[in-house]
Amino acid sequence: MAVIAAPVAVQPARRRIWTSETAWGAAFVAPYLVLFATLVVWPVAYGLWLGASPSAFATLFADPIYLESAWNTAVFLALGINIKLFLALLLSGYLAQTRPWIRWLSVLFLLPWAVPSIPTIFSFRWMLNSEWGMLNGLLWELFGIEGPWWLIDPTLAFGSVIFVHVWKYLPFWTLILLAGRMAIPTDLYEAATIDGATPLQKFFYVTWPHLKNLYVTSTLLSTIWSLGDFNSVYLLTGGGPAEKTHVLATLGIRYAFNLHQVDVGVACVMTALPFLVPLVAVLVRRLGGGAR
Amino acid sequence: MTPATSLARAPAIKSARTYALRRGLAETGQIVVGVLVLIWVLLPIYHMVMLSLTPINEAFGGRFWPDHPTLENFRTVFTQDHFFLERFWIQLANSVIVALSTMALVLVVATLASFAIGRLRIPGGSVISNLALLTYLIPMAFLAIPFYRVMSQYGLLNTRTALVLAMATFATPYAIWVLRQYSENVPFELDEAAKVDGASPWQIFWLVYLPLLRPALIAIGTYALLLAWNEYLYAFLLLSTADQHTIPLTMGYFLVTDDSPWPLLMATAIVYALPPAALYYAVRKYMVTGLTAGATKS
Repeated sequence: MAVIAAPVAVQPARRRIWTSETAWGAAFVAPYLVLFATLVVWPVAYGLWLGASPSAFATLFADPIYLESAWNTAVFLALGINIKLFLALLLSGYLAQTRPWIRWLSVLFLLPWAVPSIPTIFSFRWMLNSEWGMLNGLLWELFGIEGPWWLIDPTLAFGSVIFVHVWKYLPFWTLILLAGRMAIPTDLYEAATIDGATPLQKFFYVTWPHLKNLYVTSTLLSTIWSLGDFNSVYLLTGGGPAEKTHVLATLGIRYAFNLHQVDVGVACVMTALPFLVPLVAVLVRRLGGGAR
Repeated sequence: MTPATSLARAPAIKSARTYALRRGLAETGQIVVGVLVLIWVLLPIYHMVMLSLTPINEAFGGRFWPDHPTLENFRTVFTQDHFFLERFWIQLANSVIVALSTMALVLVVATLASFAIGRLRIPGGSVISNLALLTYLIPMAFLAIPFYRVMSQYGLLNTRTALVLAMATFATPYAIWVLRQYSENVPFELDEAAKVDGASPWQIFWLVYLPLLRPALIAIGTYALLLAWNEYLYAFLLLSTADQHTIPLTMGYFLVTDDSPWPLLMATAIVYALPPAALYYAVRKYMVTGLTAGATKS
C-alpha cells in the first residue's frame, strides 16, 4: 500500500467530500430541528415558565383533590405496571409454545392492542354500568346477585381503571417479552433438560437471567407511559365520582381547562418531574446505549 | 421430564402412568388457561359488537344478547341520522386526513434526519439522537397544556394542521429511534460503493437507504398513522368546531348526557375501529420487528 503517498493525495478530496456531506446533512436534519425547536423546546420552556409561580404550587398543595390524585397516581403505577408486566411474563411463556392452537390464540390475544383504545374503554364503561350494564345483568340472571356499583364506588371505579389499563396494554408487553424469550438460545434449554432441570429451574436458571434486563427496561418504560395514560382514566370515569379517581395527567387538564387555572394545571403535572426526570435519564442511557 | 435418578428407583409402569397423568393434567391446564385468555380478550369486544346490534330502546336491559338484533344502528351512522352524528362523514374524513398527513410528515422528517445522523454522520448527531429519545420519553398528556398555548400563539388553534403537528411531534422521535436501530444492519459498504460510482447523498438516500429500510418504514408509518387516528386528548383541546372534529371527539360527545344512545355510539366505534385493527393485523410482522428492534438488545 502506498502509505506515504496516500495522505497527500486523499486529504483534499476527503475534506471536500466531508464539507459537502455536512452541508447535505444539515439540510437533511433541518426539518427535524425546526420541528424540535418550535414544537418541543418552546412548549417545554413555556410550560416550565407557566409552572414557575409559587402561588400555583401553594394552591395545589392546599387542594385535597391534588393529594388524593397524587396518591392515586402512585397506586395506579405500582399496581397497574406490576400486574401488567407479571402477567405478560407468564403469558409470554405460555404463548411461546409452538402448538398450532396456541399460535391462533396469540393472534387473537393481540386484539386489545390492535383495536383503538377509545371504543374499548367506552365498551367497558357501559358494560360496568351498575344499573344497565351487561356485567351486573349477567350476575343477576345467572346467580341472582345484585352486582356492585362498579363506577360509582370510588375504590371499585379506580380498580376498574387499573383493570382497563392492564387489559389494553398487556398484549404489547407480552409481545416484547415473547421476543425476548425467542432470543434465548434453545440449546441452553436442551442442556438443562439433559441435566434433569424441572420447568421451574429452567425458568430461574435459564429464562430469567436472560430476560431480567428486558423486564427492568420494560418496567421503567411502562412507568413513563402509564404516567401519561390519560384515556383509561378520563374516558372511563372522567375522574369521578366526586373527583376521586383522578391521576396527575387528568387533574392537570381539569385545572387548566375546566377550572381555567393554567398555572396550577402545569404545576400539577410538574410535581411528577422529581420522579420522572431520573427515570428518563436511566432510560436514555439504557435505550440510547443500544443505538450505538 | 422425569429425572434419571427417580426413574431408576420407581417401577417403570408406575412411572409411565404418573407421566401420562401429569401430561393429561398439564394439557387440561393449558386449555383452561387458553379459554380464560380468550374470555379476557373477547368479552369487551363482544360487548361492543352486541350493543351495536341492539335496538336503542333495548339498550338498558343489561342483556347478554338482544331480543331483536338489528343493523339499524349502522344505517343511522352511515346516513348521519342522529343529532350526535350530524357530521359523521366530514369527521371521518378529518380523521383520515389527519392520520395520513401525520404519517407522511413523520416519514419525511424522520427518514431525512436518521440518514443525516446515521449515514452522513453530521457533527452533533448523537446529541440530536439523544434529544429525540428524550422527547419520546415525555408523556404526551404532560405537555398538552403548554402545547395548546403554543398552538394558539402560532394561530393554529382549531385547525387540523395543529393536530397533525402535535402527533408528528410525538411520533417522529420514535421513528428516528427505530430507523437508527434498523439502519445499523444496512452495511456501509453500499454507501461507499454508491459514492465511488459518483452518487450524491440524495441519490444514496433515495436509491439505497430508503429501499433497504422498507420494513422499518412500514412499521413507523403505521405507528404514526395509528397514533394520530387514536388520539383523543390533543384533538379535544386543539379542535373546537364540529367541522374540524375527528371521530374520537364524535364519540366523546355522546357522554355529555346520561341517556345517550349507546348502541349508536358502539356502532360508530366499530366503524372507527375496524380500519386500524385490519391495518394492524396486515402489517403485524413489521410492527413486531420495529418494536423489538431495540428493546431486545438492552
